[in-house]
Amino acid sequence: MAGTGKAHLRNTDDVLLRVEDLVVEFPVGRTGLKVNAVSGISFDVLKGETLGIVGESGCGKSTTGRAIMQLPSPTSGSIVFDGTNLTALSGEAMREARTKIQMIFQDPISSLNPRRNVRDIVLEPLSIWNRGTKAEQLATVDKILEHVGIDPERAAESKPHQFSGGQCQRISIARSLVLNPQMIICDEPVSALDVSVQAQVVNLLEDLKKEFGLTLIFIAHDLAVVKNISDRIAVMYLGKICEVSSSEDLYRNPAHPYTDVLLSSIPVPDPTVAVKKVSVEGEPPSPVSPPAGCRFNTRCPNASDRCRSEEPTLREIEPGHFVACHHPLFGGEAPVTVRNS
Amino acid sequence: MNPPDVVRSEAEPLVETVEIKTHFKTPRGIARAVDGVSIQIRRGQSLGVVGESGSGKTVLSRSIMGLLPRNGVIREGSVRYQGQEIGNRSSKEMRAIWGREMAMIFQDPMTSLNPVMKVGKQITESLRLHLGMSASEAMTIAEKLFRDVRIPEPLHLGMSASEAMTIAEKLFRDVRIPEPTRRLNQYPHELSGGMRQRVMIAIALACGPNMLFADEPTTALDVTVQAQILELISEQKRDRNMSLLLVTHNLGVVAGYTDEIAVMYGGKIVEKAPTKTLFADTKMPYTEALLRSIPRLDQPSHSRLATIPGRPPDIVHPPKGCRFAPRCAYVRELCLNEEPELQQASTPDHTYRCFYPVGSPEYLERKVELTRKGEFVSTGDMS
Repeated sequence: MAGTGKAHLRNTDDVLLRVEDLVVEFPVGRTGLKVNAVSGISFDVLKGETLGIVGESGCGKSTTGRAIMQLPSPTSGSIVFDGTNLTALSGEAMREARTKIQMIFQDPISSLNPRRNVRDIVLEPLSIWNRGTKAEQLATVDKILEHVGIDPERAAESKPHQFSGGQCQRISIARSLVLNPQMIICDEPVSALDVSVQAQVVNLLEDLKKEFGLTLIFIAHDLAVVKNISDRIAVMYLGKICEVSSSEDLYRNPAHPYTDVLLSSIPVPDPTVAVKKVSVEGEPPSPVSPPAGCRFNTRCPNASDRCRSEEPTLREIEPGHFVACHHPLFGGEAPVTVRNS
Repeated sequence: MNPPDVVRSEAEPLVETVEIKTHFKTPRGIARAVDGVSIQIRRGQSLGVVGESGSGKTVLSRSIMGLLPRNGVIREGSVRYQGQEIGNRSSKEMRAIWGREMAMIFQDPMTSLNPVMKVGKQITESLRLHLGMSASEAMTIAEKLFRDVRIPEPLHLGMSASEAMTIAEKLFRDVRIPEPTRRLNQYPHELSGGMRQRVMIAIALACGPNMLFADEPTTALDVTVQAQILELISEQKRDRNMSLLLVTHNLGVVAGYTDEIAVMYGGKIVEKAPTKTLFADTKMPYTEALLRSIPRLDQPSHSRLATIPGRPPDIVHPPKGCRFAPRCAYVRELCLNEEPELQQASTPDHTYRCFYPVGSPEYLERKVELTRKGEFVSTGDMS
């Protein structure tokens, strides 16, 4: 699986974010080894679009989200946001650029300062950037708190621990919205929440996206949630993109064996659906020494010699549907092997 | 515990609780974490306990196993294991039961394994401690129990470290840990999350328990690994004829791996039924709402998800009537004032705690109103 290749990039005017050849590596102590967290991926996001990034832990999805924010700066690659290459910006210019791209995190409680009251937490970005008078700032904060379903009066006198996990995530969302950003990167925003609360937050994000004209990157491991919220999805494995497609096509017709495995591993909340035999053994290899060729070859039911030596690149197999695989489940020149699910 | 000298019928529960309550003393008052729960699990049967955070599902499993602090805990009701009362036993007395009779797999294998002890030793420790601690009388019981649960090689008491190591190796192979010999000499941090959970399972299985508790065993794992671990647990349960109590918030997990499901809310069981019945013939509006709020792959993208307004009840000051009433779309006067008892549904082994269950005339009447107002979206067409 590799995920080199740029066949899936679009050349329209409404591309808000374009990431090319993104590489993020981290040194392993003083061993001289490195963790290949993200290994040369490219993708783009159109204005008003929601891009979902899915994959298992260690696939590089969170690192990708953070690299866009330059937290930390990627090892190489270009990240062009609204015409500006973020990797070339100075520290101060990047700080300013971050007001247009905001991020919300998985653990809503630990991402809020426990010692401050909630209204101040939401107000802080405005006071840092001196947006309007104090009275205007407070008016904005209260308006946005109401928007996300938090009572501003209660927010003024309460600290984060006095709110539930779902409410804290609403507060994080409010904080990310006060500067009126163009894009929000959501890193596992609902994974820590109960299912009934998760639905509330997903619906809220959908509503806010419409009202504020936002573009979203939604990073998560829960494919059902990602499918629900995304227009387009990129599936990642071990630092590479293996498949990119509209969310409907991806679920109806997965082309990459890994996508297929991911989809068939999800337990279905319906006892009349027989539990599928897991078709993949083991766990992803270490990103310190990823396998040669396609990175999925060590676990792939369809792997051939070619997969162990030659890295596949992303190619279009039907309109808008791209896969990086020598032997995809459909649309490949190599004969289609039996679907293993 | 006494040797099970009578051949017990399959129908008799292995584990049974009668109206158990576990309340915690907190600065705010008494937290009613488990508030009158009765369950039965027969040998070889699996019960899924589902609920959101704070519903009491974890405290329930710990109450049965006796894994609760003595201080600040108020316990009532009865816990029976093979017909014998164990709810009042001390930790010291429970040691004869832990490991050999009942074992538990926890959510986070990293925090439940000892980080400074090689994993091999952690398994052999439980073999030697639990099986080696009591006298020769215990040996008879142990061997008998092992035959009961059809463990192929009965374990010896007072086994040597090397003997225990051999058995640990075999257990590793059972739970499909590759290169077991090398793995036994590793520390937990050298293993991946999935491998650690397999080690936990191997430790739990080491003394051949009859009853396995699994508390969110796959929540910390990736979805492909989750599928492998669930399969492993259910295969070991079948091969060893164990009973399983699977605690989870994931209805997808219980749907595929349990015979029966108990839905908990605010410390009480609000619905209990055989798995297929629970999904096909839901009675409790809470269960229905929970099922509808799960995003599903077969829904189109950007479907409006059904939500449950508000948040779970405060177990220190639970609502007066039905605990779900303040969040229920079908609430009526009665629900706010009186607490519903568990009722028997027309389908067998199916109980629920609701005055106006799904399908009742009052429910249907309200549903028509909600649909007219556009507030009800059915599971099929949520766009």
